[in-house]
Amino acid sequence: MRVNGKGLIDRSRPVSFTFDGTRLQGFAGDTVASALLANDIRLMARSFKYHRPRGVLSAGSEEPNALITVKRGSDAEPNVRATVQEIYEGLEVRSQNAWPSLGFDALGVNDLAAPFFSAGFYYKTFMWPRAFWERVYEPLIRRAAGLGGVSGTASAAEYEKAFAFCDLLVIGAGPAGLMAALEAGRAGVDVILADEDVQAGGRLLSETHGVEGLSGSDWAARAIAELASMENVRIMARTTVTGAYDQSTFGALERVSQHHAPSKDAPRACFWRIVAKRSILAAGALERPVAFQNNDRPGIMTASAVRSYLNRWGVAPGRNVVVFGNNDDAHRTAHDLRAAGVHVAALVDSRPDARVTGDFPVFTGAQVCGSTGRQGLEAVTIRTQSGTEKIATECLAMSGGWNPSVHLTCHMNGRPEWRDDIASFVPKGGAIPGMVTAGACNGAFSTHGALAEGQAAAMETLEALGKKGAKSDLPDAEDTPYRMSPLWAVGGTGRAWLDFQNDVTVKDVKQAAKENFRSVEHMKRYTTQGMATDQGKNSNVNALAILADVTGRGIPETGTTTFRPPYSPVPIAAMGAGAQGKGFAPERLTTSHHSTVKRKAPMIEAGMWYRPSYFPVPGESHWRQSCDREVNMVRDTVGVCDVSTLGKIDVQGPDAAAFLDFVYTNTFSTLKPGRVRYGLMLREDGTVMDDGTTARLSDTHYVMTTTTAAAGAVMRHLEFVHQCLRPELDVSMISVTEQWAQFAVAGPKSRELLNGLLDMLIDNDSFPFMACGPVSVGGVDARLFRISFSGEHAYEIAVPARYGASLFEALNEKAAALGGGPYGMEALNVLRIEKGFITHAEIHGRVTAFDIGMERMISAKKDCIGQTMAARPGLLGAEREQLVGLKPIGAVKQLTAGAHLFDPENPATREHSEGYVTSVGFSPTMGVFLGMGFLKNGRARHGQTVKLVDHMRGIETLCEVHGPVLHDPEGGKTRG
Amino acid sequence: MRLICPVCGERDRREFYYMGDAVALQRPEPDAGAAEWDDYVHLRENPAGVTRDLWQHEAGCAAWIVVRRNTVTHEVLESVLATDLKGASA
Repeated sequence: MRVNGKGLIDRSRPVSFTFDGTRLQGFAGDTVASALLANDIRLMARSFKYHRPRGVLSAGSEEPNALITVKRGSDAEPNVRATVQEIYEGLEVRSQNAWPSLGFDALGVNDLAAPFFSAGFYYKTFMWPRAFWERVYEPLIRRAAGLGGVSGTASAAEYEKAFAFCDLLVIGAGPAGLMAALEAGRAGVDVILADEDVQAGGRLLSETHGVEGLSGSDWAARAIAELASMENVRIMARTTVTGAYDQSTFGALERVSQHHAPSKDAPRACFWRIVAKRSILAAGALERPVAFQNNDRPGIMTASAVRSYLNRWGVAPGRNVVVFGNNDDAHRTAHDLRAAGVHVAALVDSRPDARVTGDFPVFTGAQVCGSTGRQGLEAVTIRTQSGTEKIATECLAMSGGWNPSVHLTCHMNGRPEWRDDIASFVPKGGAIPGMVTAGACNGAFSTHGALAEGQAAAMETLEALGKKGAKSDLPDAEDTPYRMSPLWAVGGTGRAWLDFQNDVTVKDVKQAAKENFRSVEHMKRYTTQGMATDQGKNSNVNALAILADVTGRGIPETGTTTFRPPYSPVPIAAMGAGAQGKGFAPERLTTSHHSTVKRKAPMIEAGMWYRPSYFPVPGESHWRQSCDREVNMVRDTVGVCDVSTLGKIDVQGPDAAAFLDFVYTNTFSTLKPGRVRYGLMLREDGTVMDDGTTARLSDTHYVMTTTTAAAGAVMRHLEFVHQCLRPELDVSMISVTEQWAQFAVAGPKSRELLNGLLDMLIDNDSFPFMACGPVSVGGVDARLFRISFSGEHAYEIAVPARYGASLFEALNEKAAALGGGPYGMEALNVLRIEKGFITHAEIHGRVTAFDIGMERMISAKKDCIGQTMAARPGLLGAEREQLVGLKPIGAVKQLTAGAHLFDPENPATREHSEGYVTSVGFSPTMGVFLGMGFLKNGRARHGQTVKLVDHMRGIETLCEVHGPVLHDPEGGKTRG
Repeated sequence: MRLICPVCGERDRREFYYMGDAVALQRPEPDAGAAEWDDYVHLRENPAGVTRDLWQHEAGCAAWIVVRRNTVTHEVLESVLATDLKGASA
């Protein structure tokens, strides 16, 4: 029911929305909750376990009951709190966890079966038979219990993430936060003021007492206007600071566009990481309910929520209201309602000595002990010294006192401290480095107290920042003492709710204690108290007070459960914003990419790089046809392949040679300028790290190549070795992978091809095998390396990346004229298997130089990384699985990578495995599948037969073991 | 988590590559013996308290740094360039 003349809503701007299909009207400034209450709708949801009818309990983000689904299809958002969602024209709101309707919910029978659903019922009920666990019980429970459902389609919503830096982050824009921000802003420090609400002011927006003669909301608006005028202050509304992390980093969720219809112009929400030198927590406090029988009916809410609905949204949650509390603050609700012309049926104060005056029936030393009403509150029963009395009412405003919002101070393992005078936990100082707490979250509940603490926090912070703050006069504000006497639960036999969201009652907590789940953390897990979206913001302190009582301990000894981030739910999509689809990983493209795609080559990912699998020509319908043709092409004429993805590291300096001698097993100081050498790199534990060729361009200048996969790791390793182990060496290195486009030109006609392009002709004398040097191609300075990964007469030519695309075209044009063309990764792989060259399929992190037959490459004349550990017993000898080549010899001709190798006489079981296959390919050159793999004592077993077994694919192939090199073992073709 | 790069200043942890215990700086001589090499390559303390780790500002200036931090409180106490440390001990 709307109350005339009250509230901060804009009555000149009506807004219509739907709730479960019914069209309703509210005003700009309404939340779904306030608008529903204004339309006399109290029933908003069904509870998690018992499917009890529920309405709002609160008016803020702590709401446990009124969870709704907004929008539809891929835009749909489940579990939105009706108390937070602002209404906008056309907003579609649906209730959750009810079927067929919110009014009649079939699973409401769960409520009748409540005796079976007590604490731990999952663990006790669904035990046998075991086969039912996953097939029967879990689907059953999942259907019955739960909150909103997901849409089942990928979310269309855009999210963003962003970073911010400031001197001071002020969390909360109530009186304490505003005062702190004002003082800090005036002193000139960079301030971010974040508040989860739409509008700054905190409780000031919901109370009738003013500040400095202005209404609370007007004072807050004036403060915000002053802050907005300061260039050093950034105000972030609708932004919840969700977590406090190391080194004064905070997570925050900004609801960017959830208050209007979805549009492409703005993300739904933005996840911020805010780095602040200092922080002030002014998060306020949350009112706690009182547990009594049937305290969960729609219409029963906290006393402060009733004031919020009345004073901020101009809504009376009932035509008549009973107020029930254990503190003076609750009296305000009765007075505000009375002043607004709403009938106050009774004010019930549990304290016998409470002093109340008011134009309504007052019961002191009395309690509300029960309620009735089917889908909403109809009456409450009060118990006085003289007996019980039933009072008809549509709304009960209850207050068990206030809990400071200490959550963020606990995110780094801090435990709050108990304060007896307010019967609440308050933050422990220093729990978050650099954070000062102020106002209600610190236990200062009056407006004056909040303003004073906000100011003091600002002064303390400014001093820590090395700034001088000029203390301004504190605004005049109420300074009512907070008088209360603890009341956790009203005695009785029925169910009295603690955690409304998880349907946890006083009985459940007592039962947990009785079954010896006496630790607060055990009780939480046994009863599900304090879980799900609200994380027990309303209920945790009440529950542990009950637990303390039944276990005969005090509340401080009982302790709290652990508050963890996030303070309120954060969509994973917001944290991972930008990481979907193409944003998941960067794509690295070579200079030949465009041309390669135009040639219809399917691309494969190699790390982040994209490389061609093969280049199909007309008439080829299977990749093997293309691959075989490309292999033959390289063996017979000439092929061109982009090898720019290999890591290229430029190493320069007077000590470059000494440095390379230390990182490579073999010697590079003896390499002559103008020559290239193959190098092997170990990890310090003696395992092979990487291999590649390194060219010496001059006495002090080398260019190292690494494998594509290990380029980053090798670069890091080189920097480590230099900076951490050998800083005395005068050497510098930098990655030039992306600066040079490099192409392999391989095949008997490779030199002929190059001589058609190079500005100066080359021959076998000027460019013998393993030579390198500067060349010129079309007037562009290039580098030529006579190296081969195919076993053919081959070169690699490198040009600055900007010439890569045109050189690739030119090379292919010349190749085509010679009967050659481009080749892809499939052919490259077959060529190197025929030649027995290794890749990371072989040097996979567990093999040693000995295993791949390169132990003699570890020079004994010098120290190098990995040398000492490579000589350990167990890393050498017949027991090791050693690199071999494999060729099928039986009826089955197929080889598969990953298959294991066995003695043909032995069963193919794990304990008989003697090795495994790392690489396979069909060799068109030999007309047979070839494989590489590791076999125990393999080098001594050439000529023997082993059995390859692939249990996954059901393949069993007899193979002959041979040396890894099958194609041109003498190397004549490479040198020719 | 934020770390201080002595060259670039305070940066987000995601700019850094983590290697492990700064014991990696004390590489033994080749003939130091199996026990010492085993210590160097494989054995690590796992302290609840102050630890010294090697990090590289990989997404920044590529400097390797030794960070002293507390594994219990997550305080970052000190960052020193590895080259400076090695220079001091040399």
